[in-house]
Amino acid sequence: MKALIALLLAGTATIASAQDLGAPQGETAPVEVIDSGADDDVEIRVTDEAAWSDIGIAIPAFATDRERPTPANEAGTGALGREVARVITANLRNNGLFKPVGPDSLPQPAFSAVRAPAYGAWSGQGAEMLVQGYVTARDDGRLVVGCYLYDVELQQQLVREGWVVAAADWRRAAHKCSDLIFSRLTGESPFFDSRIAYIAETGPKDRRVKRLAVMDSDGANHRFLTLGSATALTPRYSPDYSKILYLSYVDGNPRIYVYDIGSGKQTLVTENKNPTIAPRWSPDGKFILYSMGVAGNTDIYRIPVTGGTALKLTDNPGIDVGGSYSPDGSQIVFESDRSGTQQCYVMDADGKNQKRISFFGGRCATPEWSSRGDQIAFTRIAGDFNVAVMNTSGGGMRVLTKGWQDEAPTWAPNGRIIQFFRTEKNTGRSGIWQVDLTGQNERRLPTPVDASDPAWGPIRP
Amino acid sequence: MNTKLATILLLASVSGLAACSKKAPDTLPPDPVDNTGPTTTPTPRPTTTTGAQPGTQAHFAGAVGSSTTIYFDTDRYNVDTQDAAALQAQAQYFARYPQVTFTIEGHADERGTREYNIALGEKRANAAKAYLVSLGVDANRIAVVSYGKERPIALASNESAWAQNRRAASVIIN
Repeated sequence: MKALIALLLAGTATIASAQDLGAPQGETAPVEVIDSGADDDVEIRVTDEAAWSDIGIAIPAFATDRERPTPANEAGTGALGREVARVITANLRNNGLFKPVGPDSLPQPAFSAVRAPAYGAWSGQGAEMLVQGYVTARDDGRLVVGCYLYDVELQQQLVREGWVVAAADWRRAAHKCSDLIFSRLTGESPFFDSRIAYIAETGPKDRRVKRLAVMDSDGANHRFLTLGSATALTPRYSPDYSKILYLSYVDGNPRIYVYDIGSGKQTLVTENKNPTIAPRWSPDGKFILYSMGVAGNTDIYRIPVTGGTALKLTDNPGIDVGGSYSPDGSQIVFESDRSGTQQCYVMDADGKNQKRISFFGGRCATPEWSSRGDQIAFTRIAGDFNVAVMNTSGGGMRVLTKGWQDEAPTWAPNGRIIQFFRTEKNTGRSGIWQVDLTGQNERRLPTPVDASDPAWGPIRP
Repeated sequence: MNTKLATILLLASVSGLAACSKKAPDTLPPDPVDNTGPTTTPTPRPTTTTGAQPGTQAHFAGAVGSSTTIYFDTDRYNVDTQDAAALQAQAQYFARYPQVTFTIEGHADERGTREYNIALGEKRANAAKAYLVSLGVDANRIAVVSYGKERPIALASNESAWAQNRRAASVIIN
């Protein structure tokens, strides 16, 4: 009888009393943009965009006006300037976009040269583009980082910007500078100053420990958010980075929690005895999609973030699960096996007009709508599991990866790069990988332990 | 005691029958040791309780053998004749011990996407539950949980391992 009572209690799920959380992690302050120079802006178009990947970019160490200690670097602002240039170099190189030359093989310009580059010398080194900048410490302990992009051949400044950041946020300035350069040279939207939530995995295949974790887009500033006593899966950052939706077995059943990053509090997305899985945010952060099994049958629901009544979007004896909003919030792509196998469907945001879009052979799972709106990434299952993209009506399907099991794509904020996780045959070990839309530039992200379920957040506010 | 032993033997024979025609795994997990009866092990055992208590997983497994778990085809959740035989053995046990409550754990093999597999495991566990309820087991005694592909039993990446992992396992709540 005691056992029965415990069973019934587990079914009510009114209190999320069991905890698997580490200490709350406050988000740092927004970055303040400043005018970094006195010169007038010069608008120059890059003449041959097709060749931008071959552009030689020199990124010497950022200069400083006077060496001052900073919590960001024991050796001072000069050493930090070198670190900033290294982060920018790694960003541009690792994403296969450019072939930059970094600060460790270049002379360091003086502070006075940041706004007046020695074009002749750089031209002699074969550089076509030059990134210079500075790091200075303010009396309040904050840092000012200036970033300049020059066209060496034209001997002109292409773009510049500056930021005031807390010392702990110095990497954000490096990412902002990377975004500035990337956007100016490619015409694409920025993506470096963003974060990734994912699942950190350790332990043997049959006793895998799965923890909620977050990191910067380049793998830095890594943190574990849960302790690992309960299996955590499928996180999703809220559009403003204040919360994370994720699945946890903390009460013994799969349930979605809303984790408030600042306070460390978490609440059930809906108080219900049924299992809830596959959490998703609407683009405006006002709604949450979840999938819920009732007597074994899983359908997709939508609920306001503030709570209230859930709207059942699918009503079908098959498995309907997941969901990803179009950027304007008007449509949702989701997966369903109502046809007999997993396929991708699109519906209006209120569940109306459901129609299948995948008709290319194989199965279509975990669809994710690009933030640009033009493409849907998904897991294509045709023998192996691979990441593929298609247009929003299911045409133009292209397979981008060749792993044994690649699944769960997530888009970079600019819709040009996709991350996913790759699982090894037999060992079950997993890692986060990324690939660009050409399928040519694929690389594994550095994570301290094995990793899965990446969820790329938007550009940081 | 005599009645209990007789029941156990009867159940064991039912599950023995069920095990003959199994579609499934080339290599099933080893049968749990039946420690409800007299032991024939030559090694000396602790002089404390050697027989599992009714209402424990060991006792349940001893009574129904490999029928604690049913197996499914790829991407399927239907209860076939073999599964039905195993669930009948379970139902007899649960009829014999009406105070016992239990959880049916639904699982999927690794060759599926994570969220879909949780939904699929949910379907499998509920299919087993529905069948047990149809045999007269009170639905309120049965909890259901899906682990998707998160808790494999067989660790290789081949058909045999996947067949063992596509399962719904009944686990006594202590």
